[in-house]
Amino acid sequence: MTGWEPVVGLEIHIQLKTQTKMFCRCENVWGEGPNTRTCPVCLAHPGTLPVPNGRAIEWAVKLGLALGCEVAERSVFHRKNYFYPDLPKGYQISQYDEPLCTAGRFAVPGSGGDHEIGIVRAHLEEDAAKTVHVGGKAGRISGAAHSLVDFNRGGTPLVEIVTEPDLHSPEEARRFLQLLRQTVVELGISDAEMEKGSLRCDANVSVRRQGEEGLRTKTELKNMNSFKFVGDGIAAEVARQIEVYESGGEVGQETLHFDPASGRISSLRSKEEAHDYRYFPEPDLVPVEPPAALVERMRAEIGELPAARIRRLEGELDFDLSYGLVASGRDELYERVPGERRAVANVVMNQLAATGAHPGRVNAEELGKLIEARDRIPRATFDEALTAAGEPGFTAERYLAEEAVTDASELDPVIERILAANGSQVAAYRSGKEGLLGFFVGQVMRETQGKANPKVVNERLRERLGA
Amino acid sequence: MIDTLRLTAEDAAGLLKRKEVSSEELTRAYRASIAERDPELHAYLHVTESADGDGVPIALKDVITTKGVPTTAASRILGGYVPVFDSTVAACCKDAGLPLLGKTNLDEFAMGSSTENSGFGPTRNPWDPERVPGGSSGGSAAAVAGGLAPWALGSDTGGSIKQPASLCGLVGLRPTYGTVSRYGIVAFASSLDQVGPLTKTVRDSALLMQVISGADPRDSTTVELPQPIELPEAEDLRGLRIGIPRELNEAEGMEPGVKQSVDAAIRLAEELGAEVGETRLPRSVEFGLACYYLIAPAEASANLARYDGVRFGHRAQVDGDLTELYERTRWEGFGDEPKRRIMLGTYALSAGYYEAYYGQAQKVRTVIKDEFAAAFRDFDLLVSPTSPTVAFRLGEKAENPLAMYLSDVLTIPPNMAGLPGLSIPCGLSEGLPVGLQLIGPQFSENALFRAGHALERAFAFDYVPERLR
Repeated sequence: MTGWEPVVGLEIHIQLKTQTKMFCRCENVWGEGPNTRTCPVCLAHPGTLPVPNGRAIEWAVKLGLALGCEVAERSVFHRKNYFYPDLPKGYQISQYDEPLCTAGRFAVPGSGGDHEIGIVRAHLEEDAAKTVHVGGKAGRISGAAHSLVDFNRGGTPLVEIVTEPDLHSPEEARRFLQLLRQTVVELGISDAEMEKGSLRCDANVSVRRQGEEGLRTKTELKNMNSFKFVGDGIAAEVARQIEVYESGGEVGQETLHFDPASGRISSLRSKEEAHDYRYFPEPDLVPVEPPAALVERMRAEIGELPAARIRRLEGELDFDLSYGLVASGRDELYERVPGERRAVANVVMNQLAATGAHPGRVNAEELGKLIEARDRIPRATFDEALTAAGEPGFTAERYLAEEAVTDASELDPVIERILAANGSQVAAYRSGKEGLLGFFVGQVMRETQGKANPKVVNERLRERLGA
Repeated sequence: MIDTLRLTAEDAAGLLKRKEVSSEELTRAYRASIAERDPELHAYLHVTESADGDGVPIALKDVITTKGVPTTAASRILGGYVPVFDSTVAACCKDAGLPLLGKTNLDEFAMGSSTENSGFGPTRNPWDPERVPGGSSGGSAAAVAGGLAPWALGSDTGGSIKQPASLCGLVGLRPTYGTVSRYGIVAFASSLDQVGPLTKTVRDSALLMQVISGADPRDSTTVELPQPIELPEAEDLRGLRIGIPRELNEAEGMEPGVKQSVDAAIRLAEELGAEVGETRLPRSVEFGLACYYLIAPAEASANLARYDGVRFGHRAQVDGDLTELYERTRWEGFGDEPKRRIMLGTYALSAGYYEAYYGQAQKVRTVIKDEFAAAFRDFDLLVSPTSPTVAFRLGEKAENPLAMYLSDVLTIPPNMAGLPGLSIPCGLSEGLPVGLQLIGPQFSENALFRAGHALERAFAFDYVPERLR
């Protein structure tokens, strides 16, 4: 790895959650029975024509603006021609040389500052149908006995985002994608769930010597369906390319598949047999000319972007916590909860997240009271309260009433009992194994069913063991 | 006794209104004519057994999708296809109460000028069954001229309404692009396809345009006509400035009889009060045809990609893989002309050739538009023959695609510019009808109808084929 720099660009597809499809009025919904959301238009019956979904255009404009793009005054749909059963018209309506949004920048904060990633374009297109290969290995077409097509997905509005090759580590690519996802979710335009395919990511990967100008041959890594796999896949491909170069070989241009189970990269097809898509302007549609008023209305609907929020939080928290809060969408709750910032951040990010409580439904004031009192109330009570924090009508009051046991006269007999029962550990502690303190604290907490105040227990134990 | 050869749609509507005849009786009379003459003419691919409506029955070219009624575009690849929806124009006809007589023959996917390219056998010209009715809307033209329908709809991409109207002695309107919905019209070349009426008279044409025109939310390329269609009344042409584009009136291969008829028609127009002058369209005529044969096949190559045997229509029986299914299905299903145009179009769009062919053709298209716009600064309408020849014999051009393509040399230039054109019969040459093409600026349908109606009165052309009188 030393001496080499990864160069990565991403191609991201985001399904918009509009009520209807991109070019027909079929319901746009995930998970319904196969071929129950179709019509003559999305099945490409002869004579049918596309009519663009105005909401999808608005949302693509909004996303483009969030990515810092320029919105074209005039944008054109093209036909991208190829034969496949998931493409009933034999062409996909997409965009080519006049996309809706171009030339954007999207900041990815890191511990060492921001890195601006160039956005080449964000354009609108329609999704293909879903092909299911039956009888083959792992749903792959090779070896399949037959294939089934579900046209429900066909015609779903899709925004394709292409970045410049500005990403220089698997970690940075993963972070970019996470912040992009969070942005899309906050804009309310997509579920952007990788496992459902509403957010999909391909990566163009190459490597070059540190300090080298220009770009070497890139490979295209297809459809990595989780954030982790995006990072792992890119890391594996970067390592493979470095190995190829270091052993004196050349990297060939090809499309690759990352198998997360084995961590292996395999070839899908070589670019030499690449399609000629024969793009030409879609004659069934007129150019899209978003009015300035619409663009401004969309701009006004965009809130503060994740990168800006991370930078703002960094004033009071470290980078990892700031990033974590924002990337998980928990920073809004964090900001509403009063109290010591680091304590609030840790609870919101870790303990509260573990309970599965929805951050948007939590009463921040009440949570603040709880966090403020967390050293005074029993640990078990605190956990119980967090679990309930997302429920309607939650108040901290009832939990705060359960003060932890801090009275030494109540704790000392318990401590005595435990020290008496663990003579050898007491001896070990006194001969220098001070790490055993935690063991004794645990025993006391268990004995008191979590109700003892750990701080007081610590103090009392130290005193007794030191004697 | 209903004389289906003579009766205009307007007269038929009058009979219905005065309750002198019922819609069922009308439909029965046309069915009887179909039974009598269609075995010879083969104007229809499908005749309905029953149809709803209390108006004047109609025949639709078989590219017009009709719910529950087979729609084939005269291609074997759509064999067995029965649409589950109505095209917008078919729905307009239903809403107007026009019973559907049947679906008419055409050149496969509207690709041709003689109806000989039909996958189901040619249609014959009612004026002379040894001759073609023109194309691609030859079935609709033959049906109206032969008394097998009072009126019909065709579709026009390069001249497919105007040219068969000319060859069959009828009135054919190709409307301004975007004024009639294409929703449900089996697509050939989307930026050129336009549905329009084939009728016996100009007033019938206007009546049918009232039924089918207008913006359609299902077709993003449609607009509302700026003025509603009016029924023409005037019988003179006073104040009308008519331009005679020299290149359209002296085109290569123009038959002398056609030229004489058209010249006589122009003199008559002057007598009716029109100011006539010469104008020029040099580049439109020189490059129009070549430009058309790049753009139309390019669009067709994409429009015909959906016929893959997977979802509807013909599917080849194969043991092999997906590619073999595609190849066999398309090999068996498409005739020679669609195959020829798919190949031309695919080539014109290919990487490395796009700029030289498709890209260049689009630029030429702009030049053609500009040239027409310039001509319309001096003239209200332009006039030329519709076709350089009268109806030719079956087989005469079938083996020579280039000769066939030249049939449309006069209709293509205005089509490339998206302009409306009206063909009206203006006389006979060798006993066969000659068509006069009137070209107007965008949305000038009312002007075309007014001029066409006045000329039609003056010509007093008898649209009933001589041998059937």
